[in-house]
Amino acid sequence: MERVPILKIGQTLFVSIQIDLQDESVIRLQEDLADELAASGAHGVIIDITAVEIVDSFIGRMLTTIGSISRLFDAETVLVGMRPAVAITLTELGLSLKGVRTALNAEKGLEILNGKS
Amino acid sequence: MDELSIQSGDDVVRVRQFVRNAAADNGLSLVDQTKLVTAASELARNTLVHGGGGTARVEVVKSANGRAGVKLYFTDEGPGIPDIEQALTDGWSTGTGLGLGLSGARRLVDEFELTSKPGAGTSVTVVKWSR
Repeated sequence: MERVPILKIGQTLFVSIQIDLQDESVIRLQEDLADELAASGAHGVIIDITAVEIVDSFIGRMLTTIGSISRLFDAETVLVGMRPAVAITLTELGLSLKGVRTALNAEKGLEILNGKS
Repeated sequence: MDELSIQSGDDVVRVRQFVRNAAADNGLSLVDQTKLVTAASELARNTLVHGGGGTARVEVVKSANGRAGVKLYFTDEGPGIPDIEQALTDGWSTGTGLGLGLSGARRLVDEFELTSKPGAGTSVTVVKWSR
């Protein structure tokens, strides 16, 4: 199983998903992020899915869960870089990713997080 | 026709990659490729998680009016689905997900056929046509 690295830059945790996600990798990412949020006291999480070719119902649910977990650690999650084909497919699948903020790219995501503090 | 075994999470990823290549090679648009691969991901996960593993078959097909398509056939010898209509309802779940896997996969493809009997496994056939 491949793991997704988490980078801490200032008060923000940065996650860029560059692998073809299998379920175990997503569950692991969720656990690693919770640990990292607790240890670092970061106030924001940016998840970059520019390289992610599909988001199915499991991955989508996990992204929503990550948003909820972050909030328990006083951190906001912004999902950035969703491909147009992924957005269309997610909507047709019936997933709204409720509760997760989105931004066009990492730069705009950071602006949202910085506007918060 | 190619047959792929589904016995692990790695296999689910392999099925997705294989379907992506088949869809791209046969003229499906990027959005249609993404829809088919997403449906394949849902169905391969079902085969693994609910069916206890099984196989995926990938076939290139041609319609009567000459359009190319990709046909996927997932089969397992798991416990089967007692109530198919219920299983295809949005939000109905065995408890591990949102209940969008099967119903969502059906929306993402052009043709969808599910056969299942309790104790006799489940098979799902889907087709996505190029436009």
